[in-house]
Amino acid sequence: MDNIRNFSIIAHIDHGKSTLADRLIQKTGLVEDRKFRDQILDNMDIERERGITIKSQAVTLPYVNKEGKAFELNLIDTPGHVDFSYEVSRALASCEGVLLLVDASQGVEAQTVANLYAAMEHDLEIIPVINKIDLPSADIERVKEEIEVDLGLDSEQAILCSAKEGTGIDQVLDAVTEYVPPPKGSAEDPLKALIFDAHYDPFRGTIVSCRVFSGSLAAGDTIRLMYNNAAYRVEEVGIFRLAREPKKRLSAGEVGYIISGIKTVSDVRVGDTVTLDTRPAPERLPGFKEVKPVVFSSIYPISSDDYHSLSEALEKYKLNDAALVYQKDSSVALGVGFRCGFLGLLHLEIVQERLEREFGQSLIMTVPTVRYKFILTNGETVSVDNPIDYPEPVTIDNALEPYIRASIMIPERYMGVVMDLCLERRGVNSQFTYPTPGRIEIQFDMPLAEVIYDFYDKLKTVTQGYGSFDYDFLDYRKSDLVRMDILVNGEKVDALSQIVFRENARKRALQACDRLREEIPRHMFKIAIQGAIGGNIIARKTISPFRKDVTAKCYGGDITRKRKLLEKQKKGKKRMKMIGSVSIPQSAFVAVLKSESK
Amino acid sequence: MEQPGLYIHVPFCRSKCPYCDFYSLANTSLMSDWLDAAAAEMALYKGRFRAFDTLYLGGGTPSFLPDPLLDALMARVRDQFSFSPGTEISIETNPKDLTAEKVAQLKALGFNRVNVGVQSLDDRELSFLGRQHKAEDAVEAVSRLRAAGFENVGMDLIYGLPGQDMEHWLDTMEKALSFEPEHLSCYQLTIENGTLFGRMKKQGELAPIDEESEREFFLRTSEFLARRGYLHYEISNFARQREYTCRHNEKYWHRAPYLGLGPSAHSFQQGRRWWNSRSVRGYCKALKEGRSPVEGEETLSSAQVHLESVALGLRTRKGFESSEILSQTEQKRLGELEARGFLRRDGNRVVPTREGFLVAEQIPVYLCEDGRL
Repeated sequence: MDNIRNFSIIAHIDHGKSTLADRLIQKTGLVEDRKFRDQILDNMDIERERGITIKSQAVTLPYVNKEGKAFELNLIDTPGHVDFSYEVSRALASCEGVLLLVDASQGVEAQTVANLYAAMEHDLEIIPVINKIDLPSADIERVKEEIEVDLGLDSEQAILCSAKEGTGIDQVLDAVTEYVPPPKGSAEDPLKALIFDAHYDPFRGTIVSCRVFSGSLAAGDTIRLMYNNAAYRVEEVGIFRLAREPKKRLSAGEVGYIISGIKTVSDVRVGDTVTLDTRPAPERLPGFKEVKPVVFSSIYPISSDDYHSLSEALEKYKLNDAALVYQKDSSVALGVGFRCGFLGLLHLEIVQERLEREFGQSLIMTVPTVRYKFILTNGETVSVDNPIDYPEPVTIDNALEPYIRASIMIPERYMGVVMDLCLERRGVNSQFTYPTPGRIEIQFDMPLAEVIYDFYDKLKTVTQGYGSFDYDFLDYRKSDLVRMDILVNGEKVDALSQIVFRENARKRALQACDRLREEIPRHMFKIAIQGAIGGNIIARKTISPFRKDVTAKCYGGDITRKRKLLEKQKKGKKRMKMIGSVSIPQSAFVAVLKSESK
Repeated sequence: MEQPGLYIHVPFCRSKCPYCDFYSLANTSLMSDWLDAAAAEMALYKGRFRAFDTLYLGGGTPSFLPDPLLDALMARVRDQFSFSPGTEISIETNPKDLTAEKVAQLKALGFNRVNVGVQSLDDRELSFLGRQHKAEDAVEAVSRLRAAGFENVGMDLIYGLPGQDMEHWLDTMEKALSFEPEHLSCYQLTIENGTLFGRMKKQGELAPIDEESEREFFLRTSEFLARRGYLHYEISNFARQREYTCRHNEKYWHRAPYLGLGPSAHSFQQGRRWWNSRSVRGYCKALKEGRSPVEGEETLSSAQVHLESVALGLRTRKGFESSEILSQTEQKRLGELEARGFLRRDGNRVVPTREGFLVAEQIPVYLCEDGRL
């Protein structure tokens, strides 16, 4: 066990995490250079294109140091977004140390700090690495000072490297072997393995990624998932090279996989503890949380004929994404679809994009919302995560909405603008702390509904990228909620309704009307867009019609060119939903939440 | 089935106009090669079309052809193809070319419809449009045509120039009407990509008029000419009487067959469209080597025929046949467009109103379904 090191790389976006991982993999000779491709751990197209990591991924790197001592280095690559913070926490819990990557020209940024705190929470050894030292704009001395002052780390320990050019990579590997402590725990104790990820393989079923803390397991053992209380017979265990490499036994300290006939990833919970059925551990590993959706939205096929195809796509998609929940839904405007729950907006976007790209679906997604509670006059409490289900106003005794405790870390100079933003988003009960000089942490109680959509984007804008944001659930609090409806040419479009805070209703209605005016193309006739509460119109905008759209000339006999232009326009129309005689583009259904135009 | 029309593209101009995106060259060195090639191309189609009842020389500027070449072209055409009695024989002309000799030649060659590229009757506007002639030249040209006994004279005008004043445009039309032209084409200035004006627009040196003014110009033009007895029979075309509509151009809008000869010319016969290479050199080279100059072709699907029939029909006052509308969805949309005043029924046809003309390119996109029985 002395030769095992479990570590992760954490960094602000674009500081070079995937490139460093690539170099470590190449340096240790795990893959031949000719077979190498960039961002090798990010398997999904969407990850490679967006340059983000969505799923945790582990790889075991063989490394021999200068003294000739052989090591097994387990690198656990983690997602970097707040939607997946629970997955990240489980991945970090599987490590003893992290490489904290800082860009030599950008310096310490918001996410660097948030990452540092996450690592500190797990009591990990933190090795600062300054990357991109080859850049002409690199300012190593300044970055060292920031590491010292902003992060409170020993900057002398910082390793200089350029992952792009491949310099300093040996030093990084040596530092991992030298500073990251070897895992503790005994192979003789009862088995405790932490599940930090699971993914679906069409041939083998669910592949469970885990870190063994104590005990060991081998093919033929019967394991028990302690939270789910389900037992399975182990078919195969092994470690991750770039492909899976079967092994006789996985023992305390190691990171690897278990295949045991588990059908879908939904049968496995990230954070659960695996033990042996014959000799179970007395208690689970700490930190388990049941992941619950916090954002809800409906998915409809653009063409109602495609409902069955969408249904099949969701079923297949779900095999590999336990966090998505869905059930059948229907709308007057959009027909039959599914109501879905997501971990957050990035998760929602990923689901949407993957359904469209990998499963060829054309979708309309409706305005994301949180789950509200209504206490009715008859004493009953109903949960509502779909505006369609908003109860009859006269039957509502009390309305409740979910609140969060938001933690925002910023350089002090942005305090004013961030305070304004939080107050505008109904933040209350503020608290301030000063972790390091010049830096401030602001905490607010805020309605979840105010942060799900564009709060983080807004925060980043007003703080020029220096604001980091995290949140925890608090409770449900009393609120005054109404349903705001949207009418297009007098026709109510149920899929555009939102549940909003009464005082903000007019503002939100105007905002929605404005966005729709931008999204809906001009038609041959005037289009009225109205926001209403019950029968009261509270906002109105109009889209002026085409005044003239015909070209003067159409001859010389070239009819083909003209027709092709018309065909192109028709094709664009097909991506829209007809509501009455108005074509509404799919993007409009989500855009109504945006506070500003594109 | 309507008789076919014959179009010949003469790809030469005295100079390139900054607004025009029709294919033409401002140098004359390839003229005789072009004529040889056109003669060779005619041979390829001999016997493939029934007798034509229209012949249209367009371009380019056909009047720019030197007398001997024009004589040779027409002799070849008459030799290779047959024409019905009463065939409409049109030529596009530049006022500068219409000398007394040229006018006499046109008469002798049997042209019975002459279209004059007047464009404007204001010298400042003519200079903005890059025209080499003055207003006076156009006046003289039309007078000469009348004197030579031409009874079907058309005038082309352009309106909606940046900064143009409505009264000034009405005045231009008034002046044009003093010649009692049988035909008027009034084109709204369109800034096309790939022209000098297009490049100027991109660089912000030229600002086209706004949509509201376009609409205003279009409506005033239509109303003005209607009051003076002209028939607004296509988006940009007006005829003094029903018999003076351009029968050749109508073939394009009615989806009648036509054969186009010359570089970039398009042809249509029995659901198939094909077109020639755009470049004069490429066109000449192909025919010299005994190859066809055809560069592309398409056979229309029923959905495409439907879209074309509706879209082309809507450019004219005749509209399209009600039998085009089959599905319930289209029926419903048609009803709505009638109710909104864009279309109306006229016997078994659906015809555009003036408001319908204004959005003639939006209507088919809205109305036509793809999947058609």
